[in-house]
Amino acid sequence: MKLEMKDSPGQLVAALTPISEYGGNIIAVIHQREPDASSDTLGVQIVLEIEQDRLDALVAAIKRQGVSILRLGEERLLYRQSVIMIGHLIHTDIGDTIDRIDSTGFAEVAELNVQMPAIAEPSTALITIKATTRSEMERALDLLRGVAAEKGLLIVEPLAEGER
Amino acid sequence: MRVAVLGLGAVGKGLLRMLAEKPELGLVLTAVADSSSAWIDPDGLDPAVVLDRKCTTNRCGTQGLTADQVLDSGAYDVLVELTPTNAVTGEPALTHMRRALSMGRHVVTSNKGPIAAAHAELEELAAEQGVALRYEATVGGAIPVIHAIRNGLAGNRFHAVTGVLNGTCNYILTRMDEEGLTYDQALAEARELGYAEADPTYDVRGIDAAIKLVILANTCWNLGVTLDDVAITGIDGLTVDALRLADAQDCTIRLIGEASPERGLRVAPRVLPRSHPLVIEGTLNAIMLSTDMAGECTMMGKGAGSVETASAIIGDLLAIRDRWVECG
Repeated sequence: MKLEMKDSPGQLVAALTPISEYGGNIIAVIHQREPDASSDTLGVQIVLEIEQDRLDALVAAIKRQGVSILRLGEERLLYRQSVIMIGHLIHTDIGDTIDRIDSTGFAEVAELNVQMPAIAEPSTALITIKATTRSEMERALDLLRGVAAEKGLLIVEPLAEGER
Repeated sequence: MRVAVLGLGAVGKGLLRMLAEKPELGLVLTAVADSSSAWIDPDGLDPAVVLDRKCTTNRCGTQGLTADQVLDSGAYDVLVELTPTNAVTGEPALTHMRRALSMGRHVVTSNKGPIAAAHAELEELAAEQGVALRYEATVGGAIPVIHAIRNGLAGNRFHAVTGVLNGTCNYILTRMDEEGLTYDQALAEARELGYAEADPTYDVRGIDAAIKLVILANTCWNLGVTLDDVAITGIDGLTVDALRLADAQDCTIRLIGEASPERGLRVAPRVLPRSHPLVIEGTLNAIMLSTDMAGECTMMGKGAGSVETASAIIGDLLAIRDRWVECG
Protein backbone atom coordinates (compact mmCIF):
# COMPACT_ATOMS: atom_id res chain seq x y z
CA MET A 1 0.00 0.00 0.00
CA LYS A 2 1.13 3.53 -0.61
CA LEU A 3 0.65 5.94 2.24
CA GLU A 4 0.85 9.69 2.49
CA MET A 5 1.77 11.16 5.82
CA LYS A 6 2.96 14.40 7.35
CA ASP A 7 6.70 14.83 7.26
CA SER A 8 7.04 15.12 11.00
CA PRO A 9 8.61 12.92 13.66
CA GLY A 10 6.55 9.96 14.84
CA GLN A 11 4.38 9.72 11.75
CA LEU A 12 5.95 6.61 10.33
CA VAL A 13 5.76 4.82 13.64
CA ALA A 14 2.11 5.89 13.91
CA ALA A 15 1.41 4.29 10.54
CA LEU A 16 3.31 1.10 11.28
CA THR A 17 2.09 0.41 14.81
CA PRO A 18 -1.41 -0.79 13.79
CA ILE A 19 0.10 -3.31 11.39
CA SER A 20 1.62 -5.41 14.12
CA GLU A 21 -1.44 -4.87 16.31
CA TYR A 22 -3.57 -6.52 13.65
CA GLY A 23 -1.18 -9.40 13.16
CA GLY A 24 0.31 -8.14 9.92
CA ASN A 25 3.82 -8.90 8.83
CA ILE A 26 5.80 -6.04 7.29
CA ILE A 27 7.91 -7.21 4.39
CA ALA A 28 9.31 -3.87 3.22
CA VAL A 29 9.04 -0.18 3.93
CA ILE A 30 10.09 2.01 1.04
CA HIS A 31 10.56 5.58 2.03
CA GLN A 32 11.32 7.98 -0.78
CA ARG A 33 11.63 11.68 -0.23
CA GLU A 34 10.26 13.45 -3.28
CA PRO A 35 12.71 15.88 -4.92
CA ASP A 36 10.40 18.86 -4.31
CA ALA A 37 11.28 19.43 -0.70
CA SER A 38 8.57 22.04 -0.45
CA SER A 39 6.00 19.32 0.15
CA ASP A 40 5.21 18.85 3.81
CA THR A 41 3.91 15.34 3.24
CA LEU A 42 5.84 12.18 2.78
CA GLY A 43 5.05 9.21 0.58
CA VAL A 44 5.81 5.80 1.98
CA GLN A 45 5.21 2.42 0.43
CA ILE A 46 4.63 -0.52 2.71
CA VAL A 47 4.59 -4.10 1.59
CA LEU A 48 2.95 -6.35 4.12
CA GLU A 49 1.09 -9.57 4.51
CA ILE A 50 -2.02 -9.91 6.58
CA GLU A 51 -4.99 -12.23 6.81
CA GLN A 52 -7.64 -11.13 4.33
CA ASP A 53 -10.34 -10.65 6.96
CA ARG A 54 -8.24 -8.24 9.01
CA LEU A 55 -7.34 -5.91 6.18
CA ASP A 56 -10.35 -3.60 6.48
CA ALA A 57 -9.84 -3.15 10.20
CA LEU A 58 -6.17 -2.37 9.60
CA VAL A 59 -6.97 0.24 6.94
CA ALA A 60 -9.40 1.91 9.33
CA ALA A 61 -6.81 1.88 12.12
CA ILE A 62 -4.16 3.48 9.93
CA LYS A 63 -6.61 6.20 8.88
CA ARG A 64 -7.43 6.90 12.51
CA GLN A 65 -3.75 7.74 12.99
CA GLY A 66 -4.26 10.62 10.54
CA VAL A 67 -2.38 8.88 7.74
CA SER A 68 -4.01 8.77 4.34
CA ILE A 69 -3.76 5.72 2.16
CA LEU A 70 -3.18 6.77 -1.43
CA ARG A 71 -3.31 3.36 -3.00
CA LEU A 72 -3.97 -0.11 -1.75
CA GLY A 73 -2.72 -2.77 -4.08
CA GLU A 74 -4.01 -6.13 -3.06
CA GLU A 75 -2.47 -9.32 -4.11
CA ARG A 76 -3.42 -12.71 -2.87
CA LEU A 77 0.10 -13.72 -1.98
CA LEU A 78 0.55 -17.33 -2.82
CA TYR A 79 2.53 -19.67 -0.69
CA ARG A 80 3.83 -22.76 -2.40
CA GLN A 81 5.09 -25.74 -0.53
CA SER A 82 6.16 -29.08 -1.94
CA VAL A 83 6.10 -32.33 -0.02
CA ILE A 84 7.05 -35.80 -1.10
CA MET A 85 4.56 -38.63 -0.59
CA ILE A 86 5.52 -42.28 -0.72
CA GLY A 87 3.26 -45.31 -0.71
CA HIS A 88 0.49 -46.90 -2.70
CA LEU A 89 -0.68 -43.53 -3.92
CA ILE A 90 -2.82 -44.66 -6.82
CA HIS A 91 -4.49 -47.53 -4.97
CA THR A 92 -5.33 -45.27 -2.08
CA ASP A 93 -7.13 -43.00 -4.53
CA ILE A 94 -4.87 -40.11 -5.35
CA GLY A 95 -7.88 -38.27 -6.79
CA ASP A 96 -9.46 -38.27 -3.35
CA THR A 97 -6.18 -37.12 -1.73
CA ILE A 98 -6.10 -34.12 -4.09
CA ASP A 99 -9.81 -33.40 -3.62
CA ARG A 100 -9.43 -33.27 0.12
CA ILE A 101 -6.95 -30.38 -0.28
CA ASP A 102 -8.79 -28.67 -3.15
CA SER A 103 -12.16 -28.77 -1.39
CA THR A 104 -10.86 -26.71 1.55
CA GLY A 105 -11.38 -23.52 -0.44
CA PHE A 106 -8.14 -22.05 0.94
CA ALA A 107 -5.56 -24.35 -0.57
CA GLU A 108 -5.13 -26.33 -3.72
CA VAL A 109 -2.83 -28.87 -5.30
CA ALA A 110 -0.93 -26.96 -7.95
CA GLU A 111 1.34 -29.65 -9.21
CA LEU A 112 1.75 -33.38 -8.95
CA ASN A 113 4.63 -35.44 -10.22
CA VAL A 114 4.14 -39.18 -9.67
CA GLN A 115 6.84 -41.76 -10.20
CA MET A 116 5.66 -45.36 -10.47
CA PRO A 117 8.53 -47.82 -10.58
CA ALA A 118 6.65 -51.15 -10.79
CA ILE A 119 3.18 -52.42 -10.03
CA ALA A 120 3.72 -53.80 -6.54
CA GLU A 121 6.28 -51.18 -5.52
CA PRO A 122 5.34 -48.00 -3.68
CA SER A 123 5.03 -44.91 -5.83
CA THR A 124 6.56 -41.56 -4.99
CA ALA A 125 5.04 -38.19 -5.73
CA LEU A 126 6.07 -34.59 -5.40
CA ILE A 127 2.94 -32.69 -4.54
CA THR A 128 2.94 -28.89 -4.57
CA ILE A 129 0.29 -27.09 -2.60
CA LYS A 130 -0.66 -23.45 -2.98
CA ALA A 131 -2.32 -21.47 -0.24
CA THR A 132 -2.97 -17.80 0.35
CA THR A 133 -1.43 -17.43 3.78
CA ARG A 134 1.11 -19.15 5.90
CA SER A 135 -1.45 -20.34 8.42
CA GLU A 136 -3.65 -21.73 5.66
CA MET A 137 -0.65 -23.57 4.28
CA GLU A 138 -0.07 -25.06 7.72
CA ARG A 139 -3.73 -26.11 7.88
CA ALA A 140 -3.49 -27.69 4.43
CA LEU A 141 -0.36 -29.59 5.48
CA ASP A 142 -2.08 -30.76 8.64
CA LEU A 143 -4.92 -32.06 6.53
CA LEU A 144 -2.48 -33.84 4.26
CA ARG A 145 -0.73 -35.39 7.28
CA GLY A 146 -4.08 -36.72 8.41
CA VAL A 147 -4.89 -38.15 4.99
CA ALA A 148 -1.44 -39.76 4.82
CA ALA A 149 -1.82 -41.36 8.25
CA GLU A 150 -5.24 -42.69 7.27
CA LYS A 151 -3.97 -44.14 3.98
CA GLY A 152 -0.64 -45.40 5.30
CA LEU A 153 1.44 -43.02 3.20
CA LEU A 154 4.81 -41.59 4.19
CA ILE A 155 5.18 -37.83 3.92
CA VAL A 156 8.56 -36.13 3.66
CA GLU A 157 8.14 -32.46 4.47
CA PRO A 158 10.55 -29.63 3.91
CA LEU A 159 12.48 -28.44 6.95
CA ALA A 160 10.98 -25.07 7.71
CA GLU A 161 13.29 -22.13 8.09
CA GLY A 162 14.01 -21.60 11.78
CA GLU A 163 11.56 -19.44 13.68
CA ARG A 164 13.45 -16.21 13.78
CA MET B 1 42.38 -37.59 39.28
CA ARG B 2 41.38 -41.24 39.68
CA VAL B 3 39.16 -42.75 37.01
CA ALA B 4 37.15 -46.01 37.03
CA VAL B 5 35.86 -47.37 33.73
CA LEU B 6 32.87 -49.70 33.44
CA GLY B 7 32.46 -51.35 30.05
CA LEU B 8 35.25 -52.24 27.63
CA GLY B 9 33.59 -52.30 24.22
CA ALA B 10 34.82 -50.19 21.33
CA VAL B 11 34.42 -46.93 23.25
CA GLY B 12 36.08 -48.24 26.43
CA LYS B 13 39.02 -49.58 24.45
CA GLY B 14 39.35 -46.28 22.58
CA LEU B 15 39.40 -44.43 25.90
CA LEU B 16 42.06 -46.71 27.40
CA ARG B 17 44.17 -46.36 24.29
CA MET B 18 44.05 -42.58 24.58
CA LEU B 19 44.80 -42.70 28.32
CA ALA B 20 47.84 -44.86 27.51
CA GLU B 21 48.96 -42.44 24.80
CA LYS B 22 48.38 -39.30 26.85
CA PRO B 23 49.76 -39.81 30.35
CA GLU B 24 50.34 -36.05 30.55
CA LEU B 25 46.60 -35.56 31.06
CA GLY B 26 47.02 -36.77 34.63
CA LEU B 27 44.05 -39.14 34.43
CA VAL B 28 44.91 -42.18 36.54
CA LEU B 29 43.03 -45.38 35.83
CA THR B 30 42.32 -47.11 39.15
CA ALA B 31 39.61 -49.62 38.20
CA VAL B 32 38.07 -51.28 35.15
CA ALA B 33 35.31 -53.80 34.67
CA ASP B 34 33.86 -55.62 31.68
CA SER B 35 30.95 -58.03 31.62
CA SER B 36 32.91 -60.93 33.18
CA SER B 37 35.81 -59.49 35.15
CA ALA B 38 37.30 -56.49 36.89
CA TRP B 39 40.63 -55.08 38.05
CA ILE B 40 41.00 -52.62 40.88
CA ASP B 41 44.23 -50.97 41.97
CA PRO B 42 43.97 -47.74 43.96
CA ASP B 43 47.62 -47.01 43.09
CA GLY B 44 46.82 -46.96 39.39
CA LEU B 45 46.62 -49.39 36.51
CA ASP B 46 48.58 -49.18 33.27
CA PRO B 47 45.88 -48.75 30.61
CA ALA B 48 48.13 -50.37 28.00
CA VAL B 49 48.48 -53.51 30.13
CA VAL B 50 44.72 -53.65 30.75
CA LEU B 51 44.07 -53.30 27.02
CA ASP B 52 46.57 -56.00 26.18
CA ARG B 53 44.96 -58.35 28.67
CA LYS B 54 41.50 -57.58 27.31
CA CYS B 55 42.61 -58.22 23.74
CA THR B 56 44.43 -61.48 24.46
CA THR B 57 42.07 -63.07 27.00
CA ASN B 58 38.88 -61.10 26.30
CA ARG B 59 38.83 -60.29 30.01
CA CYS B 60 40.26 -57.11 31.42
CA GLY B 61 40.81 -58.42 34.93
CA THR B 62 40.07 -61.14 37.41
CA GLN B 63 37.16 -63.39 36.62
CA GLY B 64 34.51 -63.19 39.30
CA LEU B 65 35.23 -59.60 40.19
CA THR B 66 32.39 -57.36 39.00
CA ALA B 67 31.34 -53.80 38.28
CA ASP B 68 29.60 -53.77 41.66
CA GLN B 69 32.91 -54.34 43.41
CA VAL B 70 34.49 -51.56 41.41
CA LEU B 71 31.66 -49.25 42.45
CA ASP B 72 31.87 -50.24 46.11
CA SER B 73 35.66 -49.95 46.23
CA GLY B 74 35.28 -46.17 46.03
CA ALA B 75 38.81 -46.10 44.61
CA TYR B 76 37.96 -43.40 42.09
CA ASP B 77 36.96 -39.76 41.80
CA VAL B 78 35.07 -40.19 38.54
CA LEU B 79 33.09 -43.14 37.24
CA VAL B 80 33.13 -43.52 33.45
CA GLU B 81 30.03 -45.55 32.56
CA LEU B 82 30.37 -47.18 29.13
CA THR B 83 28.33 -50.38 29.42
CA PRO B 84 26.00 -51.35 26.55
CA THR B 85 23.03 -49.04 26.30
CA ASN B 86 19.47 -50.02 27.01
CA ALA B 87 17.18 -47.47 25.44
CA VAL B 88 14.14 -48.37 27.52
CA THR B 89 15.30 -48.98 31.08
CA GLY B 90 18.78 -47.48 30.93
CA GLU B 91 20.01 -50.49 32.93
CA PRO B 92 22.40 -51.63 34.24
CA ALA B 93 24.09 -48.28 33.65
CA LEU B 94 21.42 -46.32 35.51
CA THR B 95 22.00 -48.31 38.72
CA HIS B 96 25.78 -47.89 38.35
CA MET B 97 25.42 -44.15 37.92
CA ARG B 98 23.00 -43.73 40.82
CA ARG B 99 25.37 -45.60 43.10
CA ALA B 100 28.43 -43.64 42.10
CA LEU B 101 26.64 -40.31 42.43
CA SER B 102 25.21 -41.32 45.82
CA MET B 103 28.74 -42.08 46.97
CA GLY B 104 29.75 -38.54 46.00
CA ARG B 105 31.59 -39.54 42.85
CA HIS B 106 31.42 -37.66 39.55
CA VAL B 107 29.98 -39.53 36.57
CA VAL B 108 30.92 -39.31 32.90
CA THR B 109 29.07 -41.43 30.38
CA SER B 110 28.55 -42.18 26.70
CA ASN B 111 25.48 -44.18 27.62
CA LYS B 112 22.37 -42.68 26.05
CA GLY B 113 19.82 -44.91 27.78
CA PRO B 114 20.09 -43.61 31.35
CA ILE B 115 20.54 -39.98 30.30
CA ALA B 116 17.45 -40.09 28.09
CA ALA B 117 15.42 -41.99 30.69
CA ALA B 118 16.43 -40.29 33.91
CA HIS B 119 18.28 -37.05 33.16
CA ALA B 120 16.46 -34.90 35.73
CA GLU B 121 16.75 -37.47 38.51
CA LEU B 122 20.48 -37.98 37.92
CA GLU B 123 21.17 -34.24 37.75
CA GLU B 124 19.28 -33.77 40.99
CA LEU B 125 21.23 -36.53 42.69
CA ALA B 126 24.51 -35.05 41.43
CA ALA B 127 23.51 -31.59 42.69
CA GLU B 128 22.59 -33.00 46.11
CA GLN B 129 25.97 -34.66 46.37
CA GLY B 130 27.86 -31.68 44.97
CA VAL B 131 29.31 -33.68 42.09
CA ALA B 132 29.14 -33.49 38.29
CA LEU B 133 27.25 -35.54 35.74
CA ARG B 134 28.62 -35.14 32.21
CA TYR B 135 27.43 -36.88 29.07
CA GLU B 136 29.01 -35.15 26.08
CA ALA B 137 29.66 -38.50 24.37
CA THR B 138 25.97 -39.44 24.26
CA VAL B 139 25.19 -37.05 21.41
CA GLY B 140 27.05 -36.27 18.23
CA GLY B 141 30.21 -38.31 18.99
CA ALA B 142 33.16 -35.94 19.10
CA ILE B 143 31.10 -32.77 18.59
CA PRO B 144 31.17 -30.77 21.85
CA VAL B 145 27.51 -29.79 21.64
CA ILE B 146 26.62 -30.30 25.31
CA HIS B 147 29.56 -28.09 26.29
CA ALA B 148 28.32 -25.53 23.78
CA ILE B 149 24.81 -25.53 25.24
CA ARG B 150 25.94 -25.43 28.87
CA ASN B 151 29.07 -23.33 28.67
CA GLY B 152 29.84 -21.64 25.37
CA LEU B 153 26.27 -20.49 24.77
CA ALA B 154 25.37 -20.15 28.46
CA GLY B 155 22.89 -17.33 29.04
CA ASN B 156 21.27 -17.75 25.64
CA ARG B 157 17.67 -18.73 25.30
CA PHE B 158 17.37 -21.70 22.97
CA HIS B 159 14.58 -21.42 20.43
CA ALA B 160 15.20 -24.75 18.74
CA VAL B 161 17.73 -27.50 18.26
CA THR B 162 17.85 -29.25 14.91
CA GLY B 163 20.28 -31.87 13.76
CA VAL B 164 21.55 -34.84 11.85
CA LEU B 165 22.04 -37.16 14.80
CA ASN B 166 22.54 -40.58 13.24
CA GLY B 167 25.53 -41.28 11.01
CA THR B 168 24.16 -44.57 9.69
CA CYS B 169 21.03 -42.92 8.29
CA ASN B 170 23.03 -40.02 6.93
CA TYR B 171 25.37 -42.42 5.16
CA ILE B 172 22.46 -44.35 3.61
CA LEU B 173 20.74 -41.18 2.43
CA THR B 174 23.99 -39.75 1.06
CA ARG B 175 24.55 -42.90 -1.00
CA MET B 176 20.94 -43.04 -2.23
CA ASP B 177 21.29 -39.42 -3.28
CA GLU B 178 24.76 -39.56 -4.85
CA GLU B 179 24.67 -42.96 -6.51
CA GLY B 180 20.97 -43.61 -6.96
CA LEU B 181 21.23 -46.74 -4.78
CA THR B 182 18.01 -48.18 -3.43
CA TYR B 183 17.47 -48.11 0.31
CA ASP B 184 18.30 -51.84 0.55
CA GLN B 185 21.49 -51.48 -1.47
CA ALA B 186 22.69 -48.50 0.56
CA LEU B 187 21.91 -50.32 3.81
CA ALA B 188 23.83 -53.41 2.64
CA GLU B 189 26.80 -51.20 1.80
CA ALA B 190 26.63 -49.48 5.19
CA ARG B 191 26.67 -52.89 6.87
CA GLU B 192 29.64 -54.04 4.84
CA LEU B 193 31.58 -50.96 5.90
CA GLY B 194 30.62 -51.48 9.53
CA TYR B 195 28.48 -48.34 9.67
CA ALA B 196 25.30 -50.28 10.34
CA GLU B 197 24.55 -52.94 12.93
CA ALA B 198 23.41 -56.43 11.96
CA ASP B 199 20.01 -55.33 13.19
CA PRO B 200 19.76 -51.78 11.88
CA THR B 201 16.22 -51.15 13.19
CA TYR B 202 17.37 -48.90 16.00
CA ASP B 203 19.16 -46.60 13.56
CA VAL B 204 16.99 -46.62 10.44
CA ARG B 205 13.69 -46.31 12.27
CA GLY B 206 14.94 -43.11 13.89
CA ILE B 207 15.04 -44.39 17.48
CA ASP B 208 18.73 -43.63 18.04
CA ALA B 209 18.27 -40.10 16.68
CA ALA B 210 15.17 -39.66 18.87
CA ILE B 211 17.06 -40.64 22.03
CA LYS B 212 19.78 -38.11 21.23
CA LEU B 213 17.14 -35.48 20.54
CA VAL B 214 15.61 -36.16 23.97
CA ILE B 215 19.02 -35.62 25.58
CA LEU B 216 19.58 -32.37 23.68
CA ALA B 217 16.09 -31.10 24.51
CA ASN B 218 16.50 -31.85 28.22
CA THR B 219 19.89 -30.14 28.21
CA CYS B 220 18.43 -27.02 26.56
CA TRP B 221 15.12 -26.77 28.41
CA ASN B 222 15.08 -29.31 31.24
CA LEU B 223 11.44 -30.18 30.55
CA GLY B 224 11.81 -33.85 31.45
CA VAL B 225 10.83 -35.16 28.00
CA THR B 226 11.30 -38.85 27.19
CA LEU B 227 11.43 -41.04 24.11
CA ASP B 228 7.63 -41.34 24.26
CA ASP B 229 7.37 -37.61 23.57
CA VAL B 230 9.10 -37.87 20.18
CA ALA B 231 7.11 -38.27 16.96
CA ILE B 232 9.36 -40.63 15.02
CA THR B 233 9.47 -41.54 11.33
CA GLY B 234 12.42 -43.55 10.06
CA ILE B 235 14.12 -43.67 6.67
CA ASP B 236 13.28 -47.29 5.85
CA GLY B 237 10.30 -46.35 3.69
CA LEU B 238 12.21 -43.92 1.45
CA THR B 239 12.48 -44.56 -2.28
CA VAL B 240 15.15 -43.51 -4.75
CA ASP B 241 12.40 -41.57 -6.54
CA ALA B 242 11.92 -39.46 -3.44
CA LEU B 243 15.58 -38.40 -3.55
CA ARG B 244 15.33 -37.79 -7.30
CA LEU B 245 12.26 -35.61 -6.92
CA ALA B 246 14.00 -33.65 -4.18
CA ASP B 247 17.10 -33.34 -6.34
CA ALA B 248 15.06 -31.85 -9.19
CA GLN B 249 14.35 -28.96 -6.83
CA ASP B 250 17.98 -28.61 -5.82
CA CYS B 251 17.14 -30.25 -2.52
CA THR B 252 17.91 -33.53 -0.83
CA ILE B 253 16.55 -35.63 2.03
CA ARG B 254 18.14 -36.10 5.45
CA LEU B 255 16.90 -37.63 8.70
CA ILE B 256 16.39 -34.58 10.91
CA GLY B 257 15.74 -34.38 14.62
CA GLU B 258 13.98 -31.17 15.56
CA ALA B 259 13.00 -29.94 19.02
CA SER B 260 11.55 -26.73 20.37
CA PRO B 261 9.44 -25.96 23.43
CA GLU B 262 6.53 -24.85 21.19
CA ARG B 263 6.56 -27.54 18.54
CA GLY B 264 7.74 -30.50 20.53
CA LEU B 265 10.12 -33.21 19.40
CA ARG B 266 10.16 -34.82 16.01
CA VAL B 267 12.48 -37.12 14.09
CA ALA B 268 11.64 -37.56 10.40
CA PRO B 269 13.18 -37.54 6.95
CA ARG B 270 12.93 -33.97 5.66
CA VAL B 271 13.54 -32.18 2.39
CA LEU B 272 16.32 -29.58 2.70
CA PRO B 273 17.90 -27.23 0.17
CA ARG B 274 21.38 -28.45 -0.73
CA SER B 275 22.81 -25.23 0.64
CA HIS B 276 21.38 -25.90 4.13
CA PRO B 277 24.11 -26.26 6.78
CA LEU B 278 22.62 -29.57 7.94
CA VAL B 279 23.15 -31.15 4.54
CA ILE B 280 26.34 -33.03 5.33
CA GLU B 281 27.85 -36.10 3.75
CA GLY B 282 28.43 -39.66 4.86
CA THR B 283 28.53 -40.62 8.52
CA LEU B 284 29.01 -37.06 9.80
CA ASN B 285 26.66 -35.51 12.34
CA ALA B 286 25.63 -31.87 12.59
CA ILE B 287 23.65 -29.89 15.14
CA MET B 288 22.17 -26.44 14.72
CA LEU B 289 21.30 -24.43 17.82
CA SER B 290 18.92 -21.50 17.34
CA THR B 291 19.37 -19.00 20.13
CA ASP B 292 18.34 -15.47 21.05
CA MET B 293 21.80 -13.90 21.40
CA ALA B 294 24.08 -16.02 19.25
CA GLY B 295 21.56 -16.55 16.47
CA GLU B 296 22.10 -19.81 14.69
CA CYS B 297 25.17 -21.83 15.55
CA THR B 298 25.92 -25.05 13.70
CA MET B 299 28.50 -27.64 14.70
CA MET B 300 29.52 -30.52 12.51
CA GLY B 301 31.84 -33.45 13.03
CA LYS B 302 32.34 -37.14 13.48
CA GLY B 303 29.31 -38.67 15.14
CA ALA B 304 30.81 -42.03 16.03
CA GLY B 305 34.05 -43.96 16.39
CA SER B 306 35.93 -45.17 19.42
CA VAL B 307 38.63 -42.50 19.54
CA GLU B 308 36.18 -39.74 18.56
CA THR B 309 33.94 -40.77 21.44
CA ALA B 310 36.99 -40.98 23.73
CA SER B 311 37.64 -37.33 22.80
CA ALA B 312 34.24 -36.36 24.19
CA ILE B 313 34.77 -38.44 27.35
CA ILE B 314 38.23 -37.00 27.98
CA GLY B 315 36.84 -33.50 27.46
CA ASP B 316 34.29 -34.19 30.19
CA LEU B 317 36.93 -35.69 32.50
CA LEU B 318 39.21 -32.69 32.14
CA ALA B 319 36.30 -30.28 32.66
CA ILE B 320 35.52 -32.09 35.92
CA ARG B 321 39.17 -32.05 36.95
CA ASP B 322 39.47 -28.31 36.34
CA ARG B 323 36.18 -27.34 37.89
CA TRP B 324 35.76 -29.79 40.74
CA VAL B 325 38.68 -31.88 41.68
CA GLU B 326 41.69 -29.57 41.78
CA CYS B 327 39.77 -26.57 43.07
CA GLY B 328 38.25 -28.49 45.63
